[in-house]
Amino acid sequence: MDLTLDEAKARNAEVITEALSVYPDKTAKKRAKHLNVYEGDKPDCGVKSNIKSVPGVMTIRGCAYAGSKGVVWGPIKDMIHISHGPVGCGQYSWAARRNYYIGVTGVDTFVTMQFTSDFQEKDIVFGGDKKLDKIVDEIQALFPLNHGITIQSECPIGLIGDDIEAVAKKKSKEYDGKTIVPVRCEGFRGVSQSLGHHIANDAVRDWVFERPGDRPVSFESTAYDVAIIGDYNIGGDAWSSRILLEEMGLRVIAQWSGDGSLAELENTPKAKLNILHCYRSMNYISRYMEEKFGIPWVEYNFFGPSKVAESLRAIASHFDDHIKEGAERVIAKYQPLMDAVIAKYKPRLQGKKVMLYVGGLRPRHVIGAYEDLGMEVIGTGYEFGHNDDYQRTTHYVKDGTLIYDDVTGYEFEKFVDRLQPDLVGSGIKEKYVFQKMGVPFRQMHSWDYSGPYHGYDGFAIFARDMDMAINNPVWGLAKAPWNAEQ
Amino acid sequence: MSQNADKVLDHFSLFRSQEYVDMFENKKAFENAVPVAELQSAVDWTKTREYRDLNFAREALVVNPAKACQPLGAVFAAVGFEGTLPFVHGSQGCVAYYRSHFSRHFKEPTSCVSSSMTEDAAVFGGLNNMIDGLANAYNLYKPKMIAVSTTCMAEVIGDDLNAFIKTAKEKGSVPAAFDVPFTHTPAFVGSHVTGYDNTMRSILEHFWDGKAGTEPPLVREPRDSINLIGGFDGYAVGNMREVKRLFSLMGVNYTMLGDNSDVWDTPTDGHFRMYDGGTKLEDAAAAVHAKATISMQEFCTLKTLAYAAKKGHEVAAFNHPIGVAATDRFLMEVARLSGRPIPEEITRERGRLVDAIADSSAHIHGKKFALYGDPDLTLGLTGFLLELGAEPVHILASNGTPDWEARVHALLDASPFGKGCHVYPGRDLWHMRSLLFTEPVDFLIGNTYGKFLERDTRTPLIRIGFPIFDRHHHHRYPLWGYQGAMNTLVKILDKVFDVTDADTMIPGKTDYSFDIIR
Repeated sequence: MDLTLDEAKARNAEVITEALSVYPDKTAKKRAKHLNVYEGDKPDCGVKSNIKSVPGVMTIRGCAYAGSKGVVWGPIKDMIHISHGPVGCGQYSWAARRNYYIGVTGVDTFVTMQFTSDFQEKDIVFGGDKKLDKIVDEIQALFPLNHGITIQSECPIGLIGDDIEAVAKKKSKEYDGKTIVPVRCEGFRGVSQSLGHHIANDAVRDWVFERPGDRPVSFESTAYDVAIIGDYNIGGDAWSSRILLEEMGLRVIAQWSGDGSLAELENTPKAKLNILHCYRSMNYISRYMEEKFGIPWVEYNFFGPSKVAESLRAIASHFDDHIKEGAERVIAKYQPLMDAVIAKYKPRLQGKKVMLYVGGLRPRHVIGAYEDLGMEVIGTGYEFGHNDDYQRTTHYVKDGTLIYDDVTGYEFEKFVDRLQPDLVGSGIKEKYVFQKMGVPFRQMHSWDYSGPYHGYDGFAIFARDMDMAINNPVWGLAKAPWNAEQ
Repeated sequence: MSQNADKVLDHFSLFRSQEYVDMFENKKAFENAVPVAELQSAVDWTKTREYRDLNFAREALVVNPAKACQPLGAVFAAVGFEGTLPFVHGSQGCVAYYRSHFSRHFKEPTSCVSSSMTEDAAVFGGLNNMIDGLANAYNLYKPKMIAVSTTCMAEVIGDDLNAFIKTAKEKGSVPAAFDVPFTHTPAFVGSHVTGYDNTMRSILEHFWDGKAGTEPPLVREPRDSINLIGGFDGYAVGNMREVKRLFSLMGVNYTMLGDNSDVWDTPTDGHFRMYDGGTKLEDAAAAVHAKATISMQEFCTLKTLAYAAKKGHEVAAFNHPIGVAATDRFLMEVARLSGRPIPEEITRERGRLVDAIADSSAHIHGKKFALYGDPDLTLGLTGFLLELGAEPVHILASNGTPDWEARVHALLDASPFGKGCHVYPGRDLWHMRSLLFTEPVDFLIGNTYGKFLERDTRTPLIRIGFPIFDRHHHHRYPLWGYQGAMNTLVKILDKVFDVTDADTMIPGKTDYSFDIIR
């Protein structure tokens, strides 16, 4: 039964109150600031964000290391990223994020490998700098085609006073100016992955842009050079985006960082326009390039045909008619495919309700794609969003949407139980909780091992996947017939 | 345009279309890509003996290890107890990783909380995080017990769990009598199997030795029951259930300590069970009175077994027993300790396994295997391979100790099939890559990460181990017991036959051997 807007708002407010009632007072007070029912005329979502998680509540967030190694640096394919510290962090994040790339792994590319200094007690006691020094030598001996090295700090590094910057400088000198990047992304820094993104962005600035490196690249600039910023090529997302940009006449000189390379990072100051998908994780370096090199940047959204077309036009607006015509040509070319996809799937998905809880840009960016299929997002929230994300979210969400920042396991379960969406889109830790409850689910970090979801090619897959989740016959089997009264 | 609404192309076919292939080729101009000839000669060089020697000379760098860190094992052990919420004191990202890791393997939720320590806690210590964290976890998730372990952050700054938990209780975070066992699990010591051991011991110590000084220690009154500990095991769901079935058939009075077979195998019936099954807390306490404690994985329980022995238990340790002889030894020991004979039904299961081996071993006999994994699992598999007449040429455990090495050598020395086989403690999968290139084998046994070795060296991978992310549901089937050995045998045989078929299916060239009967 569909609720009226006022009924839905009242219900959502009540659900928040119920969830908070279980917490100790001090925690309830803190959590209350992160939960809200969106009022359609407000300039933000009315929640606090980017604040420390409360201990013991089962936050879904990760850490700064995950933001740097796992998100920003890890996909740079021709560099070796050392998980510097004990073995675990690198092990759990090993090849798990589906940053697709082309290369011969272990010889000229290294993304799906786990390089670790595997700290032992003696390294904690005596420090790990000597070990790190030797590790660089061993990398050079065994993986001579690597184009650079990053040192991704795990928690102990900052606590035991290691000087990884000194080691990086020394080794860089020994290897003819090789790019070696120390990254201070210890997991205890900041409140989530988010600070790790920022630290990683700053490391690109300080150790790639501001140092020459040992293999300068030169190419002839053109008026149509752009860089894709903040696309991690999960399941090939950056590829199904790049193809559209090239079709409209632009030249993509760099991908940050999915299927990216050190050379592409170094190329980027020559771009005419930086196009930014994941604002949260790469706005920092985009702003820096704007200030330092005068490169404008534009945010775009490649989820679903409405937003893709809008974004292609927005990108084209920075260029001449040649590109503007190119954008129209591309939009027209894919229109029949999009019409066919929507004709096939919209009747099966029309009116279905969705709740999201993801990171980065997706809690807002994917809403348009659902709407293209006639679906409605009734709740959304960010793992590690900031206030500027929640401001941008107001352009996407409807009046009365339930908003939850840094949601706890308890709250999310409660919200879904009460709102009864037809689909939940979140992560691997949440997937099985909701499937047990009989609620269809798609992982919206890894695309549930599918994808790409970006661009026109990706939307066909997105639509197919949402249909197969929601209209899976298994959901009709969850109740045993002899327990039918439940 | 390659995409199609009628037959939607996935990533594995979409990107093979010409427009994308061309795009990849054009992108190389911006990548500073290694020239093809140089790349090919480097690829070939990594296959050589020279590269292997260089690779084995590594002293500091670790590449693709087959081990994880202590707190992962702590969480594994803790969720095996009734209504128990693991609480990891330290940085919060670690807990996100453990939960993801287990969920990717078991395809199940894993509940666990963190005390979410950040910079201020690094400076001032994590006492407030413990106080607030315990209170929140207790109120929100209504556990029967909270089992505390630590990340390396809390260990480096030296937080004192005993004092912190005591203070938290004084401040009313949880009731004074609420069970909060704790243990230090530094990630820079040992591996996940060490964390399992520390946590299992800490939980038993909590119940048996007076709950951190708040109660008098239990006085042991020996009974005839037997405790069984499974150890860190990717097949816990299937294996635990198989052991319980065997014990029921024998009529053994037993307690499973750390039974996570239900919590990692809950039904989809419209209801999420955060906790399910597990060792009842009163049973964990009463386990002190047991006659004996048996460990299925010695290297997961070194300290735990020593502790049980100190309490007066007879102890027996096995190494992930797989196969006829290993299962014989296990069941005979259970029979001896419990005084219960092995029933005819189990004897017939044994006979069926021997029958199956006799039927099929011609296809395995003399085949060369490489295997890696945890110390106990590799010992169990080595024993079984030797029993099948296979040659386990390379045996590697990244968390293998000199003790483990000696134990594997003893197995190899006792069998004619163990000649020329080698043991590699403390090595990683990049070492294994060199071994597979320079001393090739017919099959590789390992976890999901072995697929990278399969890709590079073309050694067919048989997935046995933890984690298995890219095949579903195998953890539901036991490897232990005669039935489990049967499953293992079939797993190996299926791969052998698939490889033989794939190798003989070129029409008019090799398909004379594409036999219908094998």
